[in-house]
Amino acid sequence: MREEIICAGFGGQGIMLLGKVIAQAALKEDKYVTWIPSYGAAMRGGTAFCMVVVSDKEIASPYVDTPDTLFVFNQPSWDKFKAKVKSKGLALVNSTLVSEKNPPKNIKVASVPFTEMAVSLGNVRVANMVALGKYLKEKDMFKPKTVFEVFSEIAPKGKKGLIEINRKAIEEGFNR
Amino acid sequence: MNTKILMTGNEAIGEAAVRAGCDFYAGYPITPQNELTAYMAKRMPQEGRIFIQAESELAAISMLMGASASGKRVMTTSSSPGISLKQEGISYLAGAELPALIVNIMRGGPGLGNIAPSQSDYFQATKGGGHGDYHCIVLAPSSVQEGYDLVFLGFELADKYRLPTIILGDGMLGQMMEALELSAFSSQPSAGKKPWALTGCKARKPNIVKSFYMHEGGLEEFNKKLQKRYRQIEKQEQRFENSHLDDSDIVLVAYGSMARIARSAVDALRKKGKKAGLIRPVTLWPFPFDIFDNLLRKKKKIKFFVTEMSYGQMLEDVRLAVNGRAPVDFFGRSGGGIPTVEEILEKI
Repeated sequence: MREEIICAGFGGQGIMLLGKVIAQAALKEDKYVTWIPSYGAAMRGGTAFCMVVVSDKEIASPYVDTPDTLFVFNQPSWDKFKAKVKSKGLALVNSTLVSEKNPPKNIKVASVPFTEMAVSLGNVRVANMVALGKYLKEKDMFKPKTVFEVFSEIAPKGKKGLIEINRKAIEEGFNR
Repeated sequence: MNTKILMTGNEAIGEAAVRAGCDFYAGYPITPQNELTAYMAKRMPQEGRIFIQAESELAAISMLMGASASGKRVMTTSSSPGISLKQEGISYLAGAELPALIVNIMRGGPGLGNIAPSQSDYFQATKGGGHGDYHCIVLAPSSVQEGYDLVFLGFELADKYRLPTIILGDGMLGQMMEALELSAFSSQPSAGKKPWALTGCKARKPNIVKSFYMHEGGLEEFNKKLQKRYRQIEKQEQRFENSHLDDSDIVLVAYGSMARIARSAVDALRKKGKKAGLIRPVTLWPFPFDIFDNLLRKKKKIKFFVTEMSYGQMLEDVRLAVNGRAPVDFFGRSGGGIPTVEEILEKI
């Protein structure tokens, strides 16, 4: 098993954190994992992204040219990465902000209003975790329980409400 | 239970320095190694050690010289343009036989360049970036774990041979997060093991630490001593990793982050039934010449393929090692371009 992931969106949409949560969950389930951010100069309204590789075996190249799974949260990211997804790969698309007209024919597109659902939950910032919930349903990479454990470890102390809303976001995405 | 934690290369190098007993850190921020300086700013005071954000790179390397002369374990970190600024100090450290650990998380050049990963400081690191006949030991990690481990080795080698040691990483390694197994704190070197250090000369003869030799023949004598030490290092400290050398027709040669992409290329070639192998130098100086010699003595029909995030710097050392006995091909990109597995396969 080798799963190559690109998470992409605006700065502030929790793109890096989404990648980190996936990486932490992978480590918890004893898999090899690498995470690289795009750290170059970025334009406001442009694209930030990170590359995550999860594998049963030691990971040689941590670079992702053609992802198995693409998370996209804004239009520029979709335009930039849609053609790179592997044949039979999965694209999780934030339909609140992306119009996915003419998607590549050989990939599966799961179009879900992540941002809108996050707003309904009461915090626009959990759109990334709604997407992760949908991913866990589509790909069965880790148990949701593992992800909840990661939340308890990385959430700042005294912020129980934060864990709860992220948990709900995962469930919303999963049951969608 | 997995005891590993996730850390970026920058943070791992910082934590390793703390655990290896680094007493003194001075640095000046620069991308893509800012997290390393920030990590030291947080961690060093927690352990009662000294962290200084210097007013410039020149100041940072000069502070290292003073702290190292007093027998302390010292480190500075920067990225390419900042390391260029430190070259005068590195030459002085070499001239004064002062141990120090210098980390270069390389970015694109020349000039101010950009902040993308690059390997175009190989010449500067291995061939002496400052003036004078000197060498630094140069270590090239290719994973977060190895970045961590080589900090311990780097400090040890610097102390053992009394010279500056460089860890040569790149932006990809610095920014990448990977699983890391932490080790215990190692005991700090006591000042007693550095009898040359300036520790106050009550009840002993004064020590002198300098890189200035005016009397006739003095400097030549000193240089001969350094050269003798360098030959000893070349004999004893060559380090590398290899795979599939026993049944290879084509051997890829790459270091650092690039070696991981090369390893993926080797795996892809093997899948296609091609007999490919890999040599990954871990010490860039001393360059692991011996493995090439041993291989070429055993194998008559073999080809080498060097790949770098530069336009061919380590390539020159590979050509020296092969010395016309086998073909040496090359593919590299620079200025932020990273050779891909597909590109490497195409060129081979």
